[in-house]
Amino acid sequence: MKFEGTESYISTRDLNLAVNASITLQRPLLIKGEPGTGKTMLAFEVAEALGKELITWHVKSTTTAQQGLYEYDAVSRLRDSQLGDEMVNDISHYIKKGKLWQAFESDEQVVLLIDEIDKADIEFPNDLLLELDRMEFYCYELRKTVSANIRPIVIITSNNEKELPDAFLRRCFFHYISFPDRETLKAIVKVHYPDLEDKLIENAMTVFYDLREVDGLKKKPSTSELIDWLKLLMVGKITESELEEVDLSENLPPFTGALLKNEQDQELLRRIRQRFRR
Amino acid sequence: MFLDFFLLLKNDGLPVTIKEYLTFLEALDEGIVEYSVDDFYYLSRSCLIKHEHHFDRYDLLFGYYFEGIEKINTEDFMKIPEDWLRKSFVNALTEEEKEMIKGMGGLDKLMERLKELMEEQKKRHQGGNKWIGTGGTSPFGAYGYNPEGIRIGQDESRHRRAVKVWDKREFRDLDDDVELQTRNMKMALRRLRILTREGVQEELDLDKTIEKTSKNAGLLELEMVPSKKNNVKVLLLLDIGGSMDDHIELCSRLFSAAKYEFKHLEHYYFHNCLYEFVWRNNRRRWQEAIPTLEVFNTYNSDYKVIVVGDASMSPYELLYQNGSVEHNNDEAGFVWLERLKNRYPDIVWLNPVPVPQWRYTESIGMVREFMDDRMFPLTLSGLKQAIKALKDKKVKFEKH
Repeated sequence: MKFEGTESYISTRDLNLAVNASITLQRPLLIKGEPGTGKTMLAFEVAEALGKELITWHVKSTTTAQQGLYEYDAVSRLRDSQLGDEMVNDISHYIKKGKLWQAFESDEQVVLLIDEIDKADIEFPNDLLLELDRMEFYCYELRKTVSANIRPIVIITSNNEKELPDAFLRRCFFHYISFPDRETLKAIVKVHYPDLEDKLIENAMTVFYDLREVDGLKKKPSTSELIDWLKLLMVGKITESELEEVDLSENLPPFTGALLKNEQDQELLRRIRQRFRR
Repeated sequence: MFLDFFLLLKNDGLPVTIKEYLTFLEALDEGIVEYSVDDFYYLSRSCLIKHEHHFDRYDLLFGYYFEGIEKINTEDFMKIPEDWLRKSFVNALTEEEKEMIKGMGGLDKLMERLKELMEEQKKRHQGGNKWIGTGGTSPFGAYGYNPEGIRIGQDESRHRRAVKVWDKREFRDLDDDVELQTRNMKMALRRLRILTREGVQEELDLDKTIEKTSKNAGLLELEMVPSKKNNVKVLLLLDIGGSMDDHIELCSRLFSAAKYEFKHLEHYYFHNCLYEFVWRNNRRRWQEAIPTLEVFNTYNSDYKVIVVGDASMSPYELLYQNGSVEHNNDEAGFVWLERLKNRYPDIVWLNPVPVPQWRYTESIGMVREFMDDRMFPLTLSGLKQAIKALKDKKVKFEKH
């Protein structure tokens, strides 16, 4: 059982290795990287490639670790007790299973994605230490320990908004998805648009990399932006020669809005152009 | 098996632990990699290094340790490892020696020579007069003395006369990653809060629920409220460069703590005294100057303002127009400080200079008086008092 990337997801050797190491040693894999380099997609593709079910847990700023385990709905139970419902006698009706529980009780190995773990409170990763280490937790209401039938493959993504605690990091494998080099990027584009002409891709990528080189951009365009932009180029029937004429010191490439998404960056380019004109 | 390698990483300050080392051995045992140095490198990195900031250093050490097995990347060797340049050797040369090495050639010549040396040299070096390292009289490196030296990797300008500064760190923004010892500061800053209930109603309001339920003849009726959140808004103005170099670490810590603690935190930099321009990104300060008035217009007077600066400057900078050391200012420093004070009633000044030294610098006294004694030292107790002052206008600095 080895992950080697999929037809729709070009993965590099180092990434494959990190994924396989974490699968073999049954430890969580922490993925970081620039936005738009396919961190979240990785879990989908791993699940796809290995033919496993994927359980996703998207973390928000209000998410607590407990929500991933289970939630006890006391209010419903109180209401039912007033209505004289029979269900009320069994507390397990009011335990809502979280994503971790779902992953643990599955009879087959699943892929569990904990997406954007850095969004949550700073204590969040610490609260999950034992659960991810031993793959079990104790449910107080039911007075029983829930432990994983088969340890799931855990993939965690982070956008670096908060530092993760050391104790948490110690338990993970770590991989940083760096921005793809030209060859890899070309392969990625080919996966998305197999029919696109080579020359057009070449020219578009030159413009794209030039843009990334501009010093001081707030948000450099990433792979997903390139993919969107190429789509627009195709729809707009832009020819390769039009792209060839693009020179950032004079004019903007067509559909810049797809590549640069905030006005400060566009403003920056405008200022650069002005400086060249002088 | 790779214990030496592990210890090398550990001794070089990379945060590797035994648990990670054992994981690494386990992974090797499982046969995840097969006879490829590349794979071995990726696996060890994935097991041992948990932060991309450390990758560069790891590459260097890996290359150093496994040199001879296969070279990783020659470009990485070309970079000057920080390690060599660490402040470990400070040497004072005699006047005679200084005289002797004066004028080892012009700047261009030095640059050329540096490139040559970097290619020639592969090992750490300290002292002597040829290789790059710390101390010694070679024109390259830090903490040595050569009047035309090129400074590499030193915390601050020691003689303040380097021809060219290569230190990337010099112009680095205040690093808000500094987690070390910021916990106390966070706790102090935590006192500055304005709790408001806003957003989704997700907390049970027990009192109201009981009240409504009893009115409802015992039939449950729930009442929810949004949970409390800290909504304080903070505008941080930081003095940077020049005499502030001595305090940069302390300021970084404060910045790091503040950034973590306050959701609405805006920060700007200035140099010595507030004038008509501030900037956000220290690296691009000359390109991206922001008019101070624009800042005033953007943030309303609800913002609590914390000025961090040593207030150590020539009194001219405060009193006269064109007094700034850096540019021609149309209006004196005090004019701008006055505007700031009027715009934001809740304002304090944090000074990293220790209190006993305050009286030796005239401008500190002036600013202090101007701030109505709301200047506090950047210490834990000073910070606590400052936070109190932001909430209560009557609080002034008291020396214990």
